[in-house]
Amino acid sequence: MNAEWPLWEVFVRSKQGLDHKHVGSLHAADAAMAMENARDVYTRRMEGVSLWVVESKYIHASNPTENGEMYDPANDKAYRHPTFYDLPDSLKHM
Amino acid sequence: MKQASLIDYSIHLADNALILGHRNSEWCGHGPVLEQDIALANISLDLIGQARNFYQYAASLLNDSSTEDTLAYLRDTRDFRNLLLTELPNGDWSQTILRQFFFSAFQYLQYGVLQKSSDTQLAAIAAKALKEVTYHLRWSSEWVIRLGDGTAESRSRIEQALAFLWPYTGELFMCSPEEEMLSAENISVNPSTLAKEWNDRVSSVFDQATLPTPRAEGKETTWMHSGGKKGVHTEHLGYVLAEMQFLQRAYPGAEW
Repeated sequence: MNAEWPLWEVFVRSKQGLDHKHVGSLHAADAAMAMENARDVYTRRMEGVSLWVVESKYIHASNPTENGEMYDPANDKAYRHPTFYDLPDSLKHM
Repeated sequence: MKQASLIDYSIHLADNALILGHRNSEWCGHGPVLEQDIALANISLDLIGQARNFYQYAASLLNDSSTEDTLAYLRDTRDFRNLLLTELPNGDWSQTILRQFFFSAFQYLQYGVLQKSSDTQLAAIAAKALKEVTYHLRWSSEWVIRLGDGTAESRSRIEQALAFLWPYTGELFMCSPEEEMLSAENISVNPSTLAKEWNDRVSSVFDQATLPTPRAEGKETTWMHSGGKKGVHTEHLGYVLAEMQFLQRAYPGAEW
């Protein structure tokens, strides 16, 4: 039975004002059941005030074997950080 | 007299929650999938928590050597006042679900009134528990709809569960002498006043589940079991107590 139910990713917001964070996954027949399962599996110790569930197949992930071309080129581009630049003394409140 | 009725009533509410909580706990580790195993275990813990609150209150009113533990573990079947519905065997998943649905729909209405009880302790326990019960009702309603409007297999299973459980739903609304007396003072709920709304709620979920409503237009056509509220139980309760009470009976006062 489990094999027939699709996989869902669960995101919990722990407090108002914070972001939803990925906490894990579960199996459920549809979104309504996924929401209840998420409540029962991931929020029984007061972990959250809001839940998102997304069917895992709708999450498209980058491929770890392509990490080199994806992320390494940013390594030596310090000028992309605002701290790279010297600010004139006359500039306040930055 | 009033004090005695209040004690009996608190114990009745506690027994309902404890026995159904124990029944549900029998699924722990045996649920159809991990997520539902946890869901039902959560409901068990909610119910056992409610039972503790009512037992503690009853023990404080008794004002003797009784505690929540002696009330749960050292009374015999004839002393238990739970509804027969709560002690019935789990059967398959559909029978467990439907039993929970019938009971939660009732408890939801009962606690809804009880939270306005003139007895502040009962009111407080009911108000706290109502949120839990609201979720139990939502969860079990979803499942009744899924099973009724699901596959041929799920449909036939919940139809069998319905045929088995329905004759135990009449007792929900039978008013005990204690309830009669206490409801006159706005302390308890007279369950007979909840029957119509319960039928409406059950019908609405059954419609979505494409299941036939057994009690059409409020007319009862089925013979109904009763006796639990007087301590006259089915054969099943003895087995529940044997397992639940074994440790305290064999090793009195044992703690962990």
